[in-house]
Amino acid sequence: MAMAHARIRLIVAAIGFLIVAALAAAPAAAQQPNSVNPTASAVKEQQLLQQNYRIQGLGSIPDVKSYVIEQPMGRTWRLFHEVWLHWFGAIILLGVIAVLLVFYLVRGVIRIEGGRSGRMIPRFNSLERVTHWMTAVSFVILGVTGLNITFGKDLLLPLIGPDAFSRWSIMAKYAHNYSSFPFVLGVVVIFVMWVKEAIFTAVDIRWFIEGGGMFGHKHPAAWKLNGGQKVQFWSAVLGTIGVAGSGLFLLFPFYFTDIYGMQIAQMIHALIAMLFVGLIFAHIYIGSLGIEGGFEGMASGEVDLNWAKQHHSLWLEQELGQGRAAAPPAGATTRPAS
Amino acid sequence: MARMKFLCDADRCIECNACVTACKNENEVPWGINRRRVVTIDDGKPGERSVSMACMHCTDAPCAAVCPVNCFYTTADGVVLHSKDLCIGCGYCFYACPFGAPQYPRVGNFGSRGKMDKCTYCTGGPEADNSAIQYEKYGANRLAQGKLPMCAEMCSTKSLLAGDGDIIAEIYKDRVAKRGYGSGAWGWQTAYRETVAT
Repeated sequence: MAMAHARIRLIVAAIGFLIVAALAAAPAAAQQPNSVNPTASAVKEQQLLQQNYRIQGLGSIPDVKSYVIEQPMGRTWRLFHEVWLHWFGAIILLGVIAVLLVFYLVRGVIRIEGGRSGRMIPRFNSLERVTHWMTAVSFVILGVTGLNITFGKDLLLPLIGPDAFSRWSIMAKYAHNYSSFPFVLGVVVIFVMWVKEAIFTAVDIRWFIEGGGMFGHKHPAAWKLNGGQKVQFWSAVLGTIGVAGSGLFLLFPFYFTDIYGMQIAQMIHALIAMLFVGLIFAHIYIGSLGIEGGFEGMASGEVDLNWAKQHHSLWLEQELGQGRAAAPPAGATTRPAS
Repeated sequence: MARMKFLCDADRCIECNACVTACKNENEVPWGINRRRVVTIDDGKPGERSVSMACMHCTDAPCAAVCPVNCFYTTADGVVLHSKDLCIGCGYCFYACPFGAPQYPRVGNFGSRGKMDKCTYCTGGPEADNSAIQYEKYGANRLAQGKLPMCAEMCSTKSLLAGDGDIIAEIYKDRVAKRGYGSGAWGWQTAYRETVAT
């Protein structure tokens, strides 16, 4: 009997040992890398980048924009800012300057036909002039400081060195941000003041067909603003909407949009700004050097009668009809001074 | 010459944020500036992965390229640093950075940005190594003492690796071979134009 019990215990112990040995061996088998792959259900970096142009998750800090861990779009934006914008800006700005230079050399200054009569008529009142100059000075500050961001390190930094350039650029950044407000205010007032004068009419079609008096020697009629000035007006207003709108996004970064939106805003801002500066180059030329007798209209507010007859004949008639200036002596405007 | 890089093993990261805490402490990073952060993708779903992200110290760094005042420089070890004296706080480096590394203190009205701050690979800045002024501006300079960045040293699972790029790529490769899986070196293609073949 005891012998049978001992044998059963022996067998049970042997089986138990075998079971334990098998269990111990099993985990060793599971260490072979042919079972579940935890990465299989996980997202892959390349897959995420292909689905959405960036990788975004969840973080634990209040800074929501930090939840984007990879946005390769930044590389494209770098290419835009360092290469495409440089080319675009250079072509626009140098191109406009070149065209103006050629125009000046070929056409010369557009003189007052028949010479000055010596009699003046008011053209722009104080509000118009103050608003224009406030806007103009703001624009020049904005333009110079803005171009500094794009071209400064290539053109100015080698001349004055990194410390001086950095100090200048810091002031330029603040000047740019603060000048944007008087500029936008000025454009709003300009819009309100001149929008009625700036609506295009059939007179302007004639004006453009006759080359605006700049090409050829016709003297197309015009009201207070001629066709070219109306183009300037609407370009400036639309341009301001563009730069100020995108500028608002840049002034309050990430308040309204995410990194992608900020990059788009900066690109819009830069492209429109380059075109705007080119436009203003032409505006400054034609308003100062390009046309004799033009600048004083915006400086003193008064223009010569012969100038008005040549450039804004319909406006002159209207003003004279309302008794705003004495009529010129008979015959003085049609015969050249001798 | 060593070429320093970061590699975050997303399959090991447990989102403990020890790297974040270590960085903030070692560099006395002010409140609101997040040099390093941990982001979780597919949180709560199968295949959830966490990645610790800071400056990757890219080859041909886009931040350096777009800076209007050229305040960036790359050290011989491949670490991308910048000068806070020259920085004008324009924010362009953040637009260009694929990883969102640059941080700016809020110093003024509107969204006015102060001097940019970012992960320095615990290498300080242009001032003299281990000087008080360097520590004040840029944080610890561990590399000058022959040490590696604090974030990687403190990582509880050794998922965040820092050091010479070849060495950490090798470590990661061995890891993936041994355990049989790996989601790759996140960010390496974008930062260094190379991948770790596993």
